[in-house]
Amino acid sequence: MSSLFDYTLASARDALRARKISAVELVDAHIEAIERLDDGLNSFITRTPEQARLAAKEADAALAKGEGGPLCGLPIGLKDLFATKDVRTTAASKILDNFIPPYESTVTANLKQDGAISLGKLNLDEFAMGSTNLTSAFGGVVNPWQRRGSTAKLVPGGSSGGSAAAVAAGLVLGATGTDTGGSIRQPAAFCGIAGVKPTYGRCSRFGTIAFASSLDQAGPMARNLQDCAILLESMAGFDPKDSTSVDKPVPHYEAALGRGVKGLKVGIPKEYRIDGLPAEIAAVWDQGIAWLKEAGAEIVDMSLPHTQYGLPAYYIAALAEASSNLARYDGVRFGERVTGASLDALYEATRAAGFGEEVKRRILLGTYVLSSGYYDAYYLRAQKVRTLLQRDFLQAYEKVDVILAPTAPSGAFAWDEKPTDPVQMYLNDVFTVPASMAGVPALSVPVGLDSHGVPLGLQLIGRFFDEETLLAAGSVLEKAASFTHRPTIHAGVSA
Amino acid sequence: MSLDVKTVAKMARLARIGLSEEELQAHQKEMQGIIGWVDHLNEVDITDVPPMVGTGLAQPRLRDDKVTDGNCPEAVLSNAPEREGPFYTVPKVVE
Amino acid sequence: MSAYRITGETGAWEVVIGLEVHAQIVSQAKLFSGASASYGGEPNSHVSLIDAGFPGMLPVLNRECVAQAVRTGLGLRAKINLFSRFDRKNYFYADLPTGYQISQFEHPIVGKGTVEIELSDGETRHIGVTRMHMEQDAGKSIHDQDPTRSFIDLNRAGVALMEIVSEPDIRSPEEAGAYIRKLRQILRYLGTCDGNMEEGSMRADVNVSVRREGEEGYRTRCEIKNVNSVRFVMQAIEVEAQRQVDVWESGGEIDQETRLFDHVKGETRSLRTKEDAHDYRYFPEPDLLPLVLEQSWVDELKAALPELPEDKRARLEKEYGVSRYESGVLTAEQSVADFYETVARGADARLATNWILGDFFAALNRTGRTIENSPVSAESLRELLALISDSTINGKIAKEVLEDMVETGDKPSAIVDRKGLRQVTDTGAIEAAISEILAANADKVAEYKSGKDKLFGFFVGQTMKAMKGKANPAMVNELLKKLLAS
Repeated sequence: MSSLFDYTLASARDALRARKISAVELVDAHIEAIERLDDGLNSFITRTPEQARLAAKEADAALAKGEGGPLCGLPIGLKDLFATKDVRTTAASKILDNFIPPYESTVTANLKQDGAISLGKLNLDEFAMGSTNLTSAFGGVVNPWQRRGSTAKLVPGGSSGGSAAAVAAGLVLGATGTDTGGSIRQPAAFCGIAGVKPTYGRCSRFGTIAFASSLDQAGPMARNLQDCAILLESMAGFDPKDSTSVDKPVPHYEAALGRGVKGLKVGIPKEYRIDGLPAEIAAVWDQGIAWLKEAGAEIVDMSLPHTQYGLPAYYIAALAEASSNLARYDGVRFGERVTGASLDALYEATRAAGFGEEVKRRILLGTYVLSSGYYDAYYLRAQKVRTLLQRDFLQAYEKVDVILAPTAPSGAFAWDEKPTDPVQMYLNDVFTVPASMAGVPALSVPVGLDSHGVPLGLQLIGRFFDEETLLAAGSVLEKAASFTHRPTIHAGVSA
Repeated sequence: MSLDVKTVAKMARLARIGLSEEELQAHQKEMQGIIGWVDHLNEVDITDVPPMVGTGLAQPRLRDDKVTDGNCPEAVLSNAPEREGPFYTVPKVVE
Repeated sequence: MSAYRITGETGAWEVVIGLEVHAQIVSQAKLFSGASASYGGEPNSHVSLIDAGFPGMLPVLNRECVAQAVRTGLGLRAKINLFSRFDRKNYFYADLPTGYQISQFEHPIVGKGTVEIELSDGETRHIGVTRMHMEQDAGKSIHDQDPTRSFIDLNRAGVALMEIVSEPDIRSPEEAGAYIRKLRQILRYLGTCDGNMEEGSMRADVNVSVRREGEEGYRTRCEIKNVNSVRFVMQAIEVEAQRQVDVWESGGEIDQETRLFDHVKGETRSLRTKEDAHDYRYFPEPDLLPLVLEQSWVDELKAALPELPEDKRARLEKEYGVSRYESGVLTAEQSVADFYETVARGADARLATNWILGDFFAALNRTGRTIENSPVSAESLRELLALISDSTINGKIAKEVLEDMVETGDKPSAIVDRKGLRQVTDTGAIEAAISEILAANADKVAEYKSGKDKLFGFFVGQTMKAMKGKANPAMVNELLKKLLAS
């Protein structure tokens, strides 16, 4: 290896075990890279170098004794939606500016238990509400990728934009993300990395700040699927503290990567060929189909008839839940407070000052769809449409094993190209939302570059709790694509 | 369905978000657009379709009746913007 | 009993009452968190981060609270819904940390049931129960500690409550009082709520409307919130019904509103109407799955239910021959019934009933004690009655022994021995005493013999006095008759 930044999470793990490198040097190099690059990228909200260095020393001590968990000494980043004990956790919102949780989320506790070292808390859209990472109260995140011949700032996608950017730029070996309607997959695609949204119930939601409870699911983001598999195995698992967590053993995901796709039936949903699908997107999709076919998969044309209703139903369900989940930010027990003459004045001033525009808009809409006289027309109807969306998938999986589709309708766009019409903005999630609504697992892998030289991803959607088949098929795409491009801004590129 | 400024003001009040008249106007426009878009769902035939609840895979679970938590007033109050001894405080609530 | 009517200027009015009783479920921990559910404690100490609504905290349902709700449903002879579900009721308040209350709005765990009440004239009525559901309690706002601020204590936040909603079947303050008392009795028997109204374990929202005698349908009702004693419920109904009659009769209208009962002023008053009406925006709680019960578990809970007040009452009447009135007193509290049965089982039941309802209760009253902290155990009292039955002591001495038991807590046999109170049944000793008395009162003997029968009592008294009260009264009678006749 020529540089510490050429390691993947898996190869760094092996090198640490073999004592070819030390955790201290690996962590130090990444801290240095963050200091060097992140003032520009803004992928971190809170950096924790001191804690990381201490942990690295402990990791080396453990590794020297042949001990240490499966992730011992590996530097990662945590989306700032996961509560971390004694480390500021903001959800990228002003309303939690100085919130120091006295508790740790189950997912990050699992990772730390296995030896992973957090370098800090990663930027995101405020309360995970957005597809650009521009709604963060701590400033937007810059995608480390640039268009050929341009230095225009591109969005990293969202909401896990900080996670995607930090991984892509080589600032961390892996990161946690959360996906409510595409918040892992879309930024992974925009930043040229891999990301997995597991089955709803696979990773505990305990200690993860809620956006939409019935949709939120944590998952790994990393340079490739092997790294994602390693992280997911640590993050996943039954948690008695989350009533929606599913009590199923966690498989050894890494072992599934080499299974191949021979005989696998891969569904191509016709509804995803939407009007106006850019030719470049259609082309990578076709390329993906060809690769899987070559690897021995059977391609099956199929239908997910309710696809077009996924997005509006998603916004109703997610916003309704969000409006209720975000009621607790009232300036009384934690978070920022703006005082007022009365309790209601305090509430109104605190929430007006603490929430950003997108969050306010979503809370108002969520309040509206639940309000008296509208509940049946909106929320209840959306939850019924959700049943139909889920049935679409369940019926599809009687005929196919996985579904292949684009991750997003475009590659990363520039900060100033962000649509001003919220509906146009929401359309970014059109391919990712149906799997979220159904609760089934999905992943995104980078497979190529668009005409500007910006990465594009493909999405695989699987059966409930069959992340293994997804990883196997994704791995085939990964190999075929041999995506080795690096973004313009990368830790391994000397400045 | 049409959504007027008065309705937006009512939602803002229910959600305890203080908004100026201008902000209400701006939100009304956006919300009207979004609601118009989601009304598209009315096309779907939902006769006899039950609303979805989770993945349907988690088993209902009940906890044992044991005291396993609490007794941590300092943690509970650790982030209080304002407190008085062991209490959170708010502007006087008149009943 | 004549129906309760308010006589207005234009005629008689009937009162229609429905009650929503909030009863705290007896459990160790809270409904959705592992924090203690016990009353009191330092402020904010019985609080987990779940109760305080910290970001990312999630509820997990307490099995025992569900079991308690099922037991209560069974005790109300109500339908147990095997499928129920929690919803969120959204509103902002200082003592509601998450901004929503988790409650069973659409699908309660218990459906229709019934409560039989008994009125002072012995008449019984059945009051319908519409439904019962589980929900979380809120915290407490303290308003009197600071001139400009309210203090928030979340110790109660998240404690499990049952809300028992009655049909509008109640027609008088007396019925309302009887209903709450009966509910309280049933819950206490079941062990599902301690019924302690002072600590807020039970409180009621009272819905009151009035209508003209004979009128069909209901007029607008008002809800009097959070009334925390039986007496206040009855008073609140009286004054609120009168107020409504006055409004209707003066040509006014009743607005559907929430009111408060001020027991100092003896009036209800409107809770200042908020500028906008509540809109609770109920929706299914996405952090919890629907609650699905197995019929087998419900059956198990049913099989393990304690005997309910009505059943116990009927059994006591049958087994111990107590009257309807006596059985009512003896079963008012489970502890009294248990005490009674411990004493009466295998003893002279009539004697036990008389002693418990008589001297024993009087002693408790006098000493300000209750059955729970009685200075005399059921076993001791049973022993005392046994001493009467086997003629070791007589009834009069027994009263003295009971006094001593209350004072010292000693066993009756020990007291009898210590004080030498054993009844004298030695014929010779009694005869000797009688002979002395007859000799010393020759004039009275003569009067008696000449027909002044009343003097017999005098001789009995003198003999008992001479025997220090310990003589067997029957033997004294018998021997006196014999000796006076000789």
